[in-house]
Amino acid sequence: MNYFLDTIGYKHHLHHPLMKRIVELKERNYADKDTYDYAPLDFEDAMDSYEKVLEIVGGICDDIIAPNAESVDHEGPTVSNGHVTYAAGTQRNLDAVRQAGLSGIAMPRRYDGLNFPIVPYIMIADLVSRADAGFENLWGLQDCAETLYEFGNEDQRRRYIPRACAGETMSMDLTEPDAGSDLQSVMLKASFCEKDNCWYLNGVKRFITNGDADIHLVLARSEEGTRDGRGLSMFIYDKRNGGVTVRRIENKLGIKGSPTCELVFKNARAELCGERKLGLIKYVMALMNNARLGIMAQSVGLSEAAYREGHAYASERKQFGKAIIEFPAVYEMLALMRAKADASRAMLYETARFVDMYKVLNDISKERKLEPEERLELKKYGKLADAFTPIGKGMTSEYANQNAYDAVQIHGGSGFMKDYTCERLYRDARITNIYEGTTQLQVVAAIRHITTGTYLAQIREYEDIDYKPELFILHQRLMDMTDRYEVSVQRVTDAKDNELLDFQARRLVEAAAHCIFGYLLLQDTNKDDRFRHSAEVYITYGQAEVNKMYDYITCFDIEKLAYFKGLKVTC
Amino acid sequence: MSLKIIVLAKQVPDTRNVGKDAMKADGTVNRAALPAIFNPEDLNALEQALRLKDAYPGTTISLLTMGPGRAAEIIREGLYRGADGGFLLTDRAFAGADTLATSYALSMAVRKIKDYDLILCGRQAIDGDTAQVGPQVAEKLGLPQVTYAEEIQKAENGRITVKRRLERGVEVVESTLPLVVTVNGSAPDCRPRNAKYVQKYKHAKTVSEKQEADSDYTELLNSRPYLNLQEWSVADVNADTLHCGLSGSPTKVKKIESVVFQTKESKTLEPSDAAIDELMRELILNHTVG
Repeated sequence: MNYFLDTIGYKHHLHHPLMKRIVELKERNYADKDTYDYAPLDFEDAMDSYEKVLEIVGGICDDIIAPNAESVDHEGPTVSNGHVTYAAGTQRNLDAVRQAGLSGIAMPRRYDGLNFPIVPYIMIADLVSRADAGFENLWGLQDCAETLYEFGNEDQRRRYIPRACAGETMSMDLTEPDAGSDLQSVMLKASFCEKDNCWYLNGVKRFITNGDADIHLVLARSEEGTRDGRGLSMFIYDKRNGGVTVRRIENKLGIKGSPTCELVFKNARAELCGERKLGLIKYVMALMNNARLGIMAQSVGLSEAAYREGHAYASERKQFGKAIIEFPAVYEMLALMRAKADASRAMLYETARFVDMYKVLNDISKERKLEPEERLELKKYGKLADAFTPIGKGMTSEYANQNAYDAVQIHGGSGFMKDYTCERLYRDARITNIYEGTTQLQVVAAIRHITTGTYLAQIREYEDIDYKPELFILHQRLMDMTDRYEVSVQRVTDAKDNELLDFQARRLVEAAAHCIFGYLLLQDTNKDDRFRHSAEVYITYGQAEVNKMYDYITCFDIEKLAYFKGLKVTC
Repeated sequence: MSLKIIVLAKQVPDTRNVGKDAMKADGTVNRAALPAIFNPEDLNALEQALRLKDAYPGTTISLLTMGPGRAAEIIREGLYRGADGGFLLTDRAFAGADTLATSYALSMAVRKIKDYDLILCGRQAIDGDTAQVGPQVAEKLGLPQVTYAEEIQKAENGRITVKRRLERGVEVVESTLPLVVTVNGSAPDCRPRNAKYVQKYKHAKTVSEKQEADSDYTELLNSRPYLNLQEWSVADVNADTLHCGLSGSPTKVKKIESVVFQTKESKTLEPSDAAIDELMRELILNHTVG
């Protein structure tokens, strides 16, 4: 069954009213139609094209990627002579993706891209992750092309982006043994050689996904003697030039098909991308935001896959004379899994639309002066994209883990064996709330939107939408949840204590998320009653969770912080 | 060296997922209950053509299909995967054709196309399973033929090297061009549709389809010649109506039986070599294997 066609969620989210504006802007009023034979003629034609391409992806997921997932997980990539060989199934997946022309999806047509908005692009990531989350890492690294497009010069764009669009793979080389979450400590050395008029990179990178890629973006220290983020620049390394070898690949818990490499740079010839010193503070931040949206998509795909595995098993497995799905303890788990998957997907596409609006207006602003109302839009959506990305990545990756956990639980003893897909999902999901910033770091990025009220303002906007009368009670409950969230925030900020704020931050972010996710599902139900189940289940769950946070926060005395910290091994 | 390739393809009912509505009470195929698909082995043939196109730049691929108007879908499917054009043979007079009448019609169309180096098709179609059309087309055109092909290894300087999959092994043969090659299902699967080609060709239509469609972009689409799919009638390919369709088909169906498969009781074997040997003897005796 075609992955794109078997779930109502995909088409539903693709056809959001804001898409008309996004596509018009992205297509510059369909100006490409006279130049490129594959450019859309109008809005309907563009949407039809997105659907047709998503159908190709859905077919490849079903026919190729999902059937290969198990052997890829067992076989994994290998390294010899400093280079990586993918598992046979991974190579078949890459060949299919290349033949189907699914690289450089969001790149402009003048660089051979498909010029798709982020929404259909990220939907492909959602579908691919459902089939094999590990493979999504390789496919999703075309995000790097986006960064190259945004910050590279025209010459670099022309030399590299068409190669990425033709299917060459990419990587972003950031992490080092002593620089994980704290990228300011990156030490890989970049030195400029006057004689050769180019940069040379020397040092070691660690945990680099697809580190043997054809084109790398590398964060390196270009300013000798500096120790902080302002001494870092971004470079492009082309594998054709040589100088980088893979020392080893990690033996990981999950996403085993995706090679995680330790790289040695030995006088690797590289070119500067963008301006010196902006590597971390500007470019990598942008790259990370793209990547976080990608991990959100990966989480949504995993949540969906876990639900499906759980549901299939619970429907077939009989105990005490009936299918286990008929027992409340099991159907409750499944209903919540469905609700979390639907809520996560709603959040993913809401965020993707914000990112789309921001990015396309930002891109247009380089071509012409924006109209005053466009400038306001740019500001509004930029802020929303910035606010929704961390809270979305944080929550959806936690839900992917919870769904995978529950899928194993539903399988009982069989779920602990290697015989069922759920065990792979359980291992694959585990990285989603760690990489591209742990959930704890997503909370750090989200907290200022709690204190400045970005989330609350957006929730109040959702509150003002017209909902069908039969959704009145759900709407009412969401308003109650929002009130409790608001009081909780007030209580924490009134204390004017940064440590307390950091301590309660996770709870506040989760409470905000429950309100947002609940409202998004309410809007989905408003349009299509088939989301009613998930809206009812999610809001019931979310309200109880918000009440729990509210109790924790309102009953908490700042002096109690002392009991939590400075622990010794024993009492 | 570039090649001009014709791929013969057929739209067939999807008999792989046959439900209980697959046959009508009178024993004929209930086409309405089965989705129409690209005959699987014709897709294997198309993939071989596409690989030649990859290997020999400048190569062009045309699809040739016979069927009702909706068989234009076959041509579009080919375009979506990398073919360059196609011809739909469609005419009431072609209807009801057996393999003889079909190969006659296809060979007349090939004569009309005239300029080609290689004709590729699937070994057989999943609705009839005769494996006769490819060889008959070769005979009618007076061309050499290689059947059961699994891989076309090269096609250079007027010669072609083909690996054949036979019952007890493989055989590598060489022939001169032009010729007809029929491709086995054991050959590599066809590549997926390509995102750009789908967007480029999704508006490709035959004249009849255009008359039915209601488009705001008729002018623009007419200005793109690759969007006009050729439609040929009996007269267009200079065929003799007497040799076409029902009147050109000597095959008569004598009787059709609806066979219902039933599960019989299972048999448990001892996990020993002797028990396996015994099972093998039994299977050879009743001609299940060997």
